[in-house]
Amino acid sequence: MKKVWWKVLAVLLVTYTIISGLLLDVPRLAILNETIRNLHFHVPMWFGMIIMLTGSVVYAIKYLRTGKIDFDMKSVELAKAGILFCVLGLLTGMLWAKFTWSEWWSGDPKQNAAAICLLIYLAYLVLRNSLQDEQQRARISSVYSIFAYAAMIPLLFILPRMAESSLHPGNGGNPALNFFDSDDQLKMVLYPAVIGWTLMGVWLAELRVRYKRIEKTLEEN
Amino acid sequence: MKKIVLILLLLVSIPAFAQVDLDKVKAGEKHEITQSDYDNKSVDMADRMRENGKIYVVVGVILIIFLGITFYAVRIDRKLSKIEGEVFGEKVNS
Repeated sequence: MKKVWWKVLAVLLVTYTIISGLLLDVPRLAILNETIRNLHFHVPMWFGMIIMLTGSVVYAIKYLRTGKIDFDMKSVELAKAGILFCVLGLLTGMLWAKFTWSEWWSGDPKQNAAAICLLIYLAYLVLRNSLQDEQQRARISSVYSIFAYAAMIPLLFILPRMAESSLHPGNGGNPALNFFDSDDQLKMVLYPAVIGWTLMGVWLAELRVRYKRIEKTLEEN
Repeated sequence: MKKIVLILLLLVSIPAFAQVDLDKVKAGEKHEITQSDYDNKSVDMADRMRENGKIYVVVGVILIIFLGITFYAVRIDRKLSKIEGEVFGEKVNS
């Protein structure tokens, strides 16, 4: 294993998150009760997704500038790991919403926007799979992924905030993480969790990139 | 497959315990966390879980699962390194 340190760091951080996320004292808030601990598990999925999709679009641009297929591989695998985190974020959010907002899906602006975002990125995978030629597939899907990323930013960060009302913290004319944001003790678990889970996602993407490289080399010989 | 369906049914059948007071959650209203929120005994939390409810067992179980999956990922990583060495002729230090 080359450069193993960041994988070790990922495992250590997530291990720390599980222990302290479940055991440390948390604010005792009505309605939320113990589910406030979901902050350390649900929110890092979205942070991780954003970071990995940002990486994906950076590699897409790098591919378009250089034409090196290796950049395209990194771009698509980061996007796939990001989509996985997006699905996990939606599912955990729905479960959390069931017990705090009383419905699995209440059509909250943030929920709807996140679902649209997922559809846009699923279309990216469909688009890729529909193209045969390697360079053509890489070029068209790279261009599309820039569009997808550009559509995601207003969907997740601007439109939910312009909505008249949203149950989701950090929305409805309110930037940042709302009340979570003001508490240092929660941040002590949340931030390591974000780094840890993101690194775990990048690790999964890295494994798939290496697999694809081997596959490609074997195909060519 | 049966097990998955069973788990899903169990999940769906959990009644909504939450006391829903949506009026309190007004959009844009910022709730400052203070020490009193940590000491507020009127809100139900899993206190008994921490005293004698064996919450540590749950932490242990989740840790075992996470570390098990990690172990599996490490194995895949090593196998990839090995086959990379064969395919690309690189010297791999694993």
